[in-house]
Amino acid sequence: MRLRAVIRRRPVILFSLLVVATLIVLAILGSHAAPYDPLAVDLRMKLQAPSSAHPFGTDDMGRDVLSRVIAGTRLSVQTILVIMVSSLAVGLLVGTLAGYFGSYLDEGLMRVTDIFLAFPGLILALAIVAALGPSLLNAMLAISLVWWPWYARMVRGQVLAVKENQYVEAARAIGAGHVRIMVRHILPNCLMPVIIQASMDMGAVLVTTAGLSFIGLGAQAPTPEWGAMVGVGRRYLLSAWWYSAFPGMAIFITVMGLNLLGDALQDVLWSRVK
Amino acid sequence: MRTYLLRRLALLALVLVGVSLLTFTISHVIPADPARQAAGPRASDKQVQALRHKLGLDRPLPEQYVNYMAGLLRGDFGYSLTSRRPVAEDLKDHFPATIELALAAMLLSLIVGIPLGVASAVYKDSFLDHAGRVVCIAGVALPIFWLALIFQLVFYRWLNIFPSGMRIATGMMPPPAVTGLYTVDSVLARNWPALASSLWHLAMPAIVLAFASLAWIARVTRTSVLETLGHDYVRTARSKGLTERSVVYRHVLRNALIPTVTLIGLQVGALLAGVFLIEIIYSWPGIGFYTVNAVMALDFNAIMSTTLLVAVVYTLVNLVVDVIYVALDPRITYT
Repeated sequence: MRLRAVIRRRPVILFSLLVVATLIVLAILGSHAAPYDPLAVDLRMKLQAPSSAHPFGTDDMGRDVLSRVIAGTRLSVQTILVIMVSSLAVGLLVGTLAGYFGSYLDEGLMRVTDIFLAFPGLILALAIVAALGPSLLNAMLAISLVWWPWYARMVRGQVLAVKENQYVEAARAIGAGHVRIMVRHILPNCLMPVIIQASMDMGAVLVTTAGLSFIGLGAQAPTPEWGAMVGVGRRYLLSAWWYSAFPGMAIFITVMGLNLLGDALQDVLWSRVK
Repeated sequence: MRTYLLRRLALLALVLVGVSLLTFTISHVIPADPARQAAGPRASDKQVQALRHKLGLDRPLPEQYVNYMAGLLRGDFGYSLTSRRPVAEDLKDHFPATIELALAAMLLSLIVGIPLGVASAVYKDSFLDHAGRVVCIAGVALPIFWLALIFQLVFYRWLNIFPSGMRIATGMMPPPAVTGLYTVDSVLARNWPALASSLWHLAMPAIVLAFASLAWIARVTRTSVLETLGHDYVRTARSKGLTERSVVYRHVLRNALIPTVTLIGLQVGALLAGVFLIEIIYSWPGIGFYTVNAVMALDFNAIMSTTLLVAVVYTLVNLVVDVIYVALDPRITYT
């Protein structure tokens, strides 16, 4: 299915493309796109309601909330990319090994994924960060640790199907080694469904990271991370609603855009796979 | 079916041992100095040293794990730093609150989600279907902790319809504990004011917690009903002259709801995770509230015990769901 056809069928895709384009632009520009310095403290201006000078109001340190939301975009994009790449890398490695070699290795590796999947993701991540110490880096590490088993399982399933193909047998017949067969012949044919799944997971990854930051286990003050801003703003919720409301809105819109994009990618790519 | 059950139970035992191994690793191996963590940030070096010996943290790791497991099997989760009580007792106090909240949310998401999904499929492309889709897209994208804050702002601060948090009005005696669920206990004690108050306090957190699950359930139900509506036997039922109502209720729903059942298992995980984020917002004294406070105080025994407890509950629920799934669908036989 062509992109244009997808847009005609689902006009909301335009919204998601707009969101993603904005994300990319803001992530590249970073705090250059912000009207004020996102870290500049000005206590005389603290907790100002939204106005034309500060459309999203100011926080408890007098910092401009809009500027902090804009500066937080880069951080969010980085977070998503780092977690996706690292959990996909581990998932691909484990899944390929398990699916390709089968038998005891497969059984062992899959039982390990069972153990990880026995926890709701956020809760295991929370325990891991608590042990490592709160920081955004540790939060990303913890989320990658709870995320890879999903991909490992999926890749394994794909590998099991793909390795039965005749071209794999042919490659083996001409003397290709295990590594070559896995990397050159099997993996490329397993990637598509995994990429689709990963694109649909990006929003969930962002929400999970933001959740850890909200509790205080992720990004630390004064880092302009959306979840952390919602978390600190909570203390001022009843008197300065804008402090939590706007960063949370940024998460909401971003996740919605990413989810819709994932759905569309699924439509486009699946029809191509089939 | 019996072999399947036995196999699942064996696997369950394996997973639970693995789960304990994982929580052991997180609490005993990852931290640079677990004794310091257990002693708390204000302890002196000497106190830490003494505690290390007392807790057996100077023993070899395999021996520590055996002791840890032996403790768990006795129901001994260690002492909590913050409450200065055995963690097991803390869990006993806090867990019913979480169960009440999660059950209410689950009930709500089924009561609203299934009819919404069915109606969206039956009246495809109607206004209702489009509105339902918006709810679903928004529901799965809303960060639950933010939604909880917005609800608190709107329904407590601005409209003053619901209380800001807690389980029952301040000054009101909770009903005598039988189940620990205030709503159920109020009914058992025939204490209607307490029932009204606890329902009133339960409403907002339960609605917020239900939102995402509701969206998923509606979405999956819609897809499944649509698919089932296309089957030949539905056409046959219609051509027999059955009313649309009876076609949907008697023929479509029974088959279409099977995927929804499997979703419930996954949603229990989502609800348990959500609880960790919204209990602190609504001062709901469940295990989420307890754990997040424990995280602030670096109270390790408390954190690891709730993590373990949640994993066990989640695993058991999923086992039950899988078994129900097999029982519901005669086409599936596991050996």
